[in-house]
Amino acid sequence: MTHTMTATTLEKAVSEQAATVEFRSLRREFGSTVALDGLDLTVRPGEFLALLGPSGCGKTTALRMLAGFEHPDSGAVLVDGEDVTHVPAHRRDAGMVFQSYSLFPHLNAVDNVAFGLRMRKVRTAERRSRAAELLELVGLGDKAERYPHQLSGGQQQRIALARALALRPRVLLLDEPLSALDAKVRLSLREEIRRLQQELGITTLFVTHDQEEALSVADRVAVMRAGRLEQCAGPAELYGRPATAFVAEFVGTMSRIPGELEDGTVQVLGQRLPADGEVPDGAVDVLVRPEAVRVHADEQGSARVVATAFLGAVVRVTVRLADGTEAKADLPAHEAAGLGAGSPVGVSLPERAVLVAERIQK
Amino acid sequence: MARRLTLWRWVVLGLAALYFLVPLGASVVFTVDVPGHGITFDAYSKILSTEGFVSSLLLSLELAVTTIAVVLLLMVPAAVALRLGAPRLRPVVEVVCSLPLVVPPIAFVAGIVSVLKWGPEHLSRTPLFQTFVAIQDPDFPVVLVLAYVVMALPFVYRALDAGLRAIDVRTLVEAARSCGASLPQALVRAVLPNLRGALLNAAFLTLALVLGEFTVAQLLGFCPFAVWIYNIGGSQAQMSVAVSVLSLLVTWALLLALAGAGGGRSRTAPPRG
Repeated sequence: MTHTMTATTLEKAVSEQAATVEFRSLRREFGSTVALDGLDLTVRPGEFLALLGPSGCGKTTALRMLAGFEHPDSGAVLVDGEDVTHVPAHRRDAGMVFQSYSLFPHLNAVDNVAFGLRMRKVRTAERRSRAAELLELVGLGDKAERYPHQLSGGQQQRIALARALALRPRVLLLDEPLSALDAKVRLSLREEIRRLQQELGITTLFVTHDQEEALSVADRVAVMRAGRLEQCAGPAELYGRPATAFVAEFVGTMSRIPGELEDGTVQVLGQRLPADGEVPDGAVDVLVRPEAVRVHADEQGSARVVATAFLGAVVRVTVRLADGTEAKADLPAHEAAGLGAGSPVGVSLPERAVLVAERIQK
Repeated sequence: MARRLTLWRWVVLGLAALYFLVPLGASVVFTVDVPGHGITFDAYSKILSTEGFVSSLLLSLELAVTTIAVVLLLMVPAAVALRLGAPRLRPVVEVVCSLPLVVPPIAFVAGIVSVLKWGPEHLSRTPLFQTFVAIQDPDFPVVLVLAYVVMALPFVYRALDAGLRAIDVRTLVEAARSCGASLPQALVRAVLPNLRGALLNAAFLTLALVLGEFTVAQLLGFCPFAVWIYNIGGSQAQMSVAVSVLSLLVTWALLLALAGAGGGRSRTAPPRG
């Protein structure tokens, strides 16, 4: 299925009023659990920002506060500098796409999209033509008369997206909209969401627990943990220069290799490398990405291959080092050819700065 | 295997059909086959002209419509609020709504009778006395509606609960609200239409219950349709059976009408794809 999505002049109108969103020291407790513990975050106009984190980190709560479905114990939510903390949900001017299929089962696709316009008392003819236009925009112009139960999951989420855009909201909120879909549909729909967002230039918040999803579509990714913001940065920076060990391990794959830190350099795998990260001298863990770890067959090597997994262009090799820690390395398929489980190998790192973190006792 | 299954199905269907249709057929034969006169429809033609037929049937219908309206107005907001606001109270409401099933109608009506006797004696000097008189107006006994509402609670609660279980009420409300609908609008426009099947079921069960209810009405001394049939039976056996057959047809017709009013595509739970 290929869809051509062209934003009409009507839709372009949105971009001129793209909004800034600010969360100011938001705090929210549910009973004894702290969902948000002083969250500060600013979303720039027209930006696609992903809220990423493990379940229970407060990312959905933050999004629902912007939508008006949750209220903070303290702190404020601002849209374009205006405090909307106490504005009821239906006057928030925020379009939302939900995780589960949220289309109204008793309405067909076009009426679902037109629902908001009906609430705003837009004339029948006008709202039907606008709804039809939005269905075209999400590539489902021919499914206008279908009911939700006659549509696939991906189609339902497209229609939910069209419905969220129908009232020309100032912000678009996506609450894990892809998590119920199968892998292929997920991939194509996330690309479409991204393209649509760029064409409309609408400020968008996208909640996800899938780091690959977040890195591939967002302008910036805000990594959250236990109700706080860990780091908010562009995908490349987040991956290449994670600010904390948590971010490093949550975003992408990281191996921890034990090392010895001294005067800003770290002794690891028989090499001395410059170290990043504010850790006291002594025993540390060096955090390395699989693509940065080099593995070569070596009869004298003290490390052993534990497992290999074919990933297409690369083979991910898991090796056990002399001290028992395991590290992952990505090798081009041809280099990994001779490395079966149990082969003795040598492991090394490229000569550049590495991220260090406090040693985790295992 | 499949063949044996179909065979079994037919056997079960046949047995069920015998069980239901034989008494029905016998009733019909009894009403139309008068010994010595051959086939005659006299018993049916006499019904219309018999004293009390129309009034008792109308009374039953009025009671049914009022009961349906009251019980739905009471239970729909309660069930939705339970889903949205206080899911922890659900077991409590469930138990309360199931109580009428446990209390036999005879005990229930005995309780009502004693209240109706006690009330006017103790309240004779207060305006409440008039209330007691008004709810026992034989033209429209409100006390019967109150009793039927209680008796219909278990069925209505279960029907609504099943309907609410099939939809994600919270998400539908939130989706509607993010589309600019206020909370009442969201409930009326997004939740209620998806409960149509459940509302219909609840109305169905209540209608059947009220049309067939005898114990409470008889013991309180009112004369809706079921009581009237019973009274006729004492004097004219053939006609009372004819009326029973007729009432069956009337009930059927009403249920069909209700289903028709609900529309062709009334589904409680549309399959999700």
